[in-house]
Amino acid sequence: MNILTVDFGSTYTKLTAINATDAVILGTASAFTTIDTDIMHGFHAALHLLEERIGAFRYDRLLCCSSAGGGLKMVALGLVPELTAQAARLAASSAGAKVIRTYSFEISRMEQEEIYAIDPDIILLCGGTDGGNKEVIIANARRLCEIDRDFTVIVAGNKSASHEIEAIFEAAGKDYVLTKNVMPTFNKLDIEPARQSIRDVFIRKIIDAKGLSGVQALASADVIPTPLAVMAACELLSKGTRKTPGIGDFMAVDLGGATTDIYSMSDGKPSMSNVLEKGLPEPFSKRTVEGDLGMRYSLPSLMEVSDLEAMERESGISRSAIEDWVKRCIAKPETIADSREEQLIDALLAHRAVEVAVERHCGFLESSYTPLGEIFTLTGKDLSELSYIIGIGGAIINSCHPPNILKGSLYNPRKPYLLKPKQPAFLFDRRYVFASMGLLGSIDPELALHFMKEEII
Amino acid sequence: MEKKTIVTGVIGADVHAVGNKIIAYALEKEGFNIVNLGVMVSQEEYIAAALETNADVILVSSLYGHGEIDCQGLREKCDEAGLKGIPLLAGGNLVVGKQDFAEVEKRFMDMGFTKAYPPGTTIETTIADLKEILGLS
Repeated sequence: MNILTVDFGSTYTKLTAINATDAVILGTASAFTTIDTDIMHGFHAALHLLEERIGAFRYDRLLCCSSAGGGLKMVALGLVPELTAQAARLAASSAGAKVIRTYSFEISRMEQEEIYAIDPDIILLCGGTDGGNKEVIIANARRLCEIDRDFTVIVAGNKSASHEIEAIFEAAGKDYVLTKNVMPTFNKLDIEPARQSIRDVFIRKIIDAKGLSGVQALASADVIPTPLAVMAACELLSKGTRKTPGIGDFMAVDLGGATTDIYSMSDGKPSMSNVLEKGLPEPFSKRTVEGDLGMRYSLPSLMEVSDLEAMERESGISRSAIEDWVKRCIAKPETIADSREEQLIDALLAHRAVEVAVERHCGFLESSYTPLGEIFTLTGKDLSELSYIIGIGGAIINSCHPPNILKGSLYNPRKPYLLKPKQPAFLFDRRYVFASMGLLGSIDPELALHFMKEEII
Repeated sequence: MEKKTIVTGVIGADVHAVGNKIIAYALEKEGFNIVNLGVMVSQEEYIAAALETNADVILVSSLYGHGEIDCQGLREKCDEAGLKGIPLLAGGNLVVGKQDFAEVEKRFMDMGFTKAYPPGTTIETTIADLKEILGLS
C-alpha cells in the first residue's frame, strides 16, 4: 500500500511518499503553499517535484494536516488566571491551536474589541468548577455574543451554568458547542473532551473556511491541525505501541516562521527530594506555543526579548548588521539566509527564540524557609532529567549548525530555578517527517514508530 | 439541599500535613464539599480556589506559630477579589508562646476574621459553628 501525507504549512506544502508494504519512505518534496488562490496548486507543484525524484507515484491513501491560513486561531477564557484560564489555554494548545490570548474574569469592553481584532476561529469559554462560580462564565457568554465575528464558542466550564449559557447563545444565534468542564473539581484537569470538541469544530467548520474543502474531499481521513499531528507523533515515539517500546521522556522543539512550539513528553515530577508541587497538575504530553517567537513573522516581538549587545559580544557580528538583517526579513518574510553572516544571525535569533520558549514551557523552583528548614516548591514540569531534545522545523534543520540552536533549550546555571534539561542528547528530524508520522500513526502506528526511530535516532 | 463548599489548607510556610488531612476528612464526613489546598498555602491560593469553586467559607489552619502574620490582610484581599463577607475561620497554633487567647481572638476579629480557635479546639466545635454560620442548624 502506498500512502501520501501532506502538511499544508503557512509557507510550504510538504509531501511525504511512503511505501507501507516494504516499510520505506520513498521521498519528500515541498512547494509554496498557495492559500490565496487554490491550495491544490501548491499541492500539485509539490507532487510534481516528488515524482521527478522518485518516479510516478500512485497512492492508495492520502492523509493531510494543515496550519495554512494562520493555523487554528483561538482565544481562551477562564475565571482565575492560574486556574481555569490556564486550564483553558492548556486544552486549546494541546488540541493544536495557536492561542493568541487568554483572558480571565469578566472580559472588559477593551478586551471585547481585542477579540474582535484577533478574529479567532474558535473561542474556548471556561470558568468555575462544576457547582462553583456561574456568574462570570454566564456574563462572558453574553459579552462574547456582542462581538460581531464568525467564531464558534466551545463551552467547557461549570456544568451548572450550561442552561443559561445555552439560552444566551441560542438567542443570539451564535455557533456553540457544549462539552465537559476542563476543571470539574478544584485542581483536577479533564482537558480531553474540550480537545476533542476543538478537533470536531476544526473538521466541521474551519477546513472549509480556510479553503481546504477540496483537500478534504480527496483525503482518506479527516484533515487535522498540523500541531495535533506532531503531538500524536511525539506521543507515539515516547510511549511506543503495544508491541514496541517508545524512547521514553523527551522534549521536541518546533521553530517556525511565526511561532515556536515546545512539546514535552514527561510527567515532570520533581527530580530532587524536599520539593512540594504547586499549581495545576501537569499532563504527560504538553504543548505550549509561543506566538511571539518566530524567525520571520514574529521577528519584531522576538527582538523585544533579545539583547542585541549580548549577541554582538557573543558572535562578533555588529549590532547594525543584525538590525539590518532583521529589517529585511520583516519586510520580506520569504528571505532566506545566504551568506555566512546571515546564517549566523539567523542561528543567533533561533537560539534566543528556543531559549525563551523553553523557559516558558518548563517548570520553576521557588524556595521558602520553614521551621523545618529550606523547602522548595515546584510549579510546572521538572524537565531537568530529560534524555533527549528533538529539533523539528525548517529553521532548525536547515540552519548552518542545528545543535547550537538547540543549546538554547539547556539548563542555564545563571537561572538555576528554571528546570530545563541538563544533559540531553540532541536529535533531529532531518527530513521533517514528524507531522507526516503523526498522520501515518493514525492508521499504522507500528510503521510510524519504526520510521521515526530510523529517521531520528 | 446543595452542599456547602469550604476551602481549607495550612497557611504560609507551614508544612504540618496531618491535622489538615484530619480536618478535611471530618468535614467531608459531615457533608461539606471540601476543597483542600494542602500545606504551604498562600493567601492568593485560598482566594483563587474560593472564587473558582464559589466557596461559602475559608477555613485557615496554622500550626507553626506564624499564623497571625500569615493571616494579615486576607480579609482585605478577599474584599478586593469580590469575596465580600465570606466567613473566614482560623485555628491551630496561631501565635508563638503562651498568650491569653482572648487577646489573640480579638486581634483576629480586628483582622476581619469570623472565628479564631485556640489550640486544642475539637473539630466538633468548629462543625457546630460552621453550621450556625451557614444557617444549617
